[in-house]
Amino acid sequence: MSSEAAPAPIDGDRRAALISTCVVGGVGTIAAATPFVLSFQPSERAKAAGAPVEADISGIAPGEMKTFEWQGKPVWILHRTPQMLESIKKVDGEVNDPKSERTAAGYPPTPAYAKNEFRSIKPDYLVVVGICTHLGCSPKGPFAPGTNPQLSDDDQGFVCPCHGSTFDLAGRVFKNKPAPDNLPVPPYKFLSDSVVLIGDDSKA
Amino acid sequence: MGLHNTEYKGLLGWVDARMPTLMSEYKKHMSEYYAPKNFNFWYYFGVFAMTVLVIQIVTGIFLVMHYKPDARFAFESVEYIMRDVPGGWFIRYMHSTGASFFFIVVYLHMFRGLLYGSYRKPRELVWIFGSLIFLCLMGEAFFGYLLPWGQMSFWGAQVIVNLFGAIPLIGPDLAIWIRGDYVVSDATLNRFFSFHVIAIPLVLLALVVAHILALHDVGSNNPDGVEIKDKRDPKSGIPLDGIPFHPYYTVHDLFGLSIFLLAFFAIMFLAPEFSGYFLEWNNFTPADPLTTPPHIAPVWYFTPYYSVLRATTEDFMWVLAAGVAAYAILLFVTLRNATVKYAILIVALIMIALMIGGPLKLDPKFWGVVLMGGSVLAFFALPWIDQSPVKSMRYRPLWHTGLLILFSIVFVILGYLGTQQPTPGSTYVAQACTLLYFSFFLLMPWWSRTGEFKPVPDRVVFHAH
Repeated sequence: MSSEAAPAPIDGDRRAALISTCVVGGVGTIAAATPFVLSFQPSERAKAAGAPVEADISGIAPGEMKTFEWQGKPVWILHRTPQMLESIKKVDGEVNDPKSERTAAGYPPTPAYAKNEFRSIKPDYLVVVGICTHLGCSPKGPFAPGTNPQLSDDDQGFVCPCHGSTFDLAGRVFKNKPAPDNLPVPPYKFLSDSVVLIGDDSKA
Repeated sequence: MGLHNTEYKGLLGWVDARMPTLMSEYKKHMSEYYAPKNFNFWYYFGVFAMTVLVIQIVTGIFLVMHYKPDARFAFESVEYIMRDVPGGWFIRYMHSTGASFFFIVVYLHMFRGLLYGSYRKPRELVWIFGSLIFLCLMGEAFFGYLLPWGQMSFWGAQVIVNLFGAIPLIGPDLAIWIRGDYVVSDATLNRFFSFHVIAIPLVLLALVVAHILALHDVGSNNPDGVEIKDKRDPKSGIPLDGIPFHPYYTVHDLFGLSIFLLAFFAIMFLAPEFSGYFLEWNNFTPADPLTTPPHIAPVWYFTPYYSVLRATTEDFMWVLAAGVAAYAILLFVTLRNATVKYAILIVALIMIALMIGGPLKLDPKFWGVVLMGGSVLAFFALPWIDQSPVKSMRYRPLWHTGLLILFSIVFVILGYLGTQQPTPGSTYVAQACTLLYFSFFLLMPWWSRTGEFKPVPDRVVFHAH
């Protein structure tokens, strides 16, 4: 029956109505999808949870390290001995980014007060976020020379258990490892000789 | 009256008059679905996969009755299921053993496809749906693994979500969007729970239906790779080498299934942790966001791809760039269409620039993610890159089977290395295996059509027992 009838001419008005209906419907669908997509973002509560943390460093003996929790992440404070600082100078040629010029993805650039040989305000104290810049595991360490096969014999530093990235005692990543960047330095300041405020570096 | 003219009597007749779909579908997919009569051992794994799917859904429904998707209570609630819920340990071990068995069965099912060319025309869509099922399964396993909220759950999720952070420009924001927080947290656990129990299973079930419908439209392949629909009984139109799925293969599969369930329950009762491969030791410690366990590795079924990710280091980028250059030259020499040739050359140059040099250089981390994704997605291309004139390995040169076995060995080695701590030596092995893995796929259009092919018989080869 339909094969006998000539095809009806295209009705421009109906075609226009059809197209505009589809467009309006499409816009409505996108508008309706927006809250669902947005609901995946961090909630207001999660955003508010990043308050600065005070860290008492008086109990950290030379050569020892303590971990503090800031924004749900581990922040390490390592009390470096002169011998440890010496080991950092030695590996300038073996690390990927000796002067901390690169910026780890998802982190602010290295603060000006940490853009130095030892990546810290006071050479004695290293303050870094203990999260590997490769895929976010927390490296192990610090390892003394010769105690971890993944570090060269006389090097010391940190080793990521997940994919084998290695870092020196300034948190600088060694060359030819999966991690592209040095361990991030969080904003911090010394409130006194024994207290560090992690997460805030504003001058009072 | 509007009733269907039924051939059945009694209750079935009453239903059939009102809903003829029921019996016509039963015939189409069971009693009058003609499957080749020469199915062998390898053809059990489809029905095993279906069985495990049912096991996972049923045990999952019961686990949700006791599990709490809350970062404060999740770990405890799993231990509560194991110790205090009557029969809880049975249901939980069945679910965790089922997860590993799902992958064992699916990998063997896929191997069968490669062995007999089951993905070849006209079964491309069957294979595509199957590959999508495989992707869903990986998603399902990944989301589910976070739920016990152990150390491995937490750090595994941390690593995989951070993979998305390797995407240039949008990566870090994307990772936050996926987690719903700046670190893996309660928000992440809740959404993964939702994906694991609702979203992915719905998609998975739809894909399984599509996989089977597409298969039943074109008919099953067989170990000889002969199309049984080409030789039909002139009167009935039934394929001469076909037998009805029900009762022949239903009974046949029930026998196989009984052996399979024997193995399943033996492992479930005697070695549910399977030396730390099915349930990793570290996951018996509650999640601690401040300490990564000294050795972390994904569950065994993800380790081959994980090895590929780890193998991609700064040094290896030079090897990869050389590989891209060699492959581009190979394509340039063999392809005829000039536009395509030059397009390939340009794409290759851009890739090499992004890999090793210039201001555009992307981190090895990004390429590691690309290679890992590629190692999974490569399976999708099989129907088109396999250019062999015959489907089944039975009638292909013996060294084709050799290559398939080599590929399988490489897959197993990568899998093993992925469970171990990386050392410089093992990284070289993983890199060599990564190259072999990709060569198998990338060079398939050439190697699959070379060699001496045997004549394919008209009818399937079958010896009655």
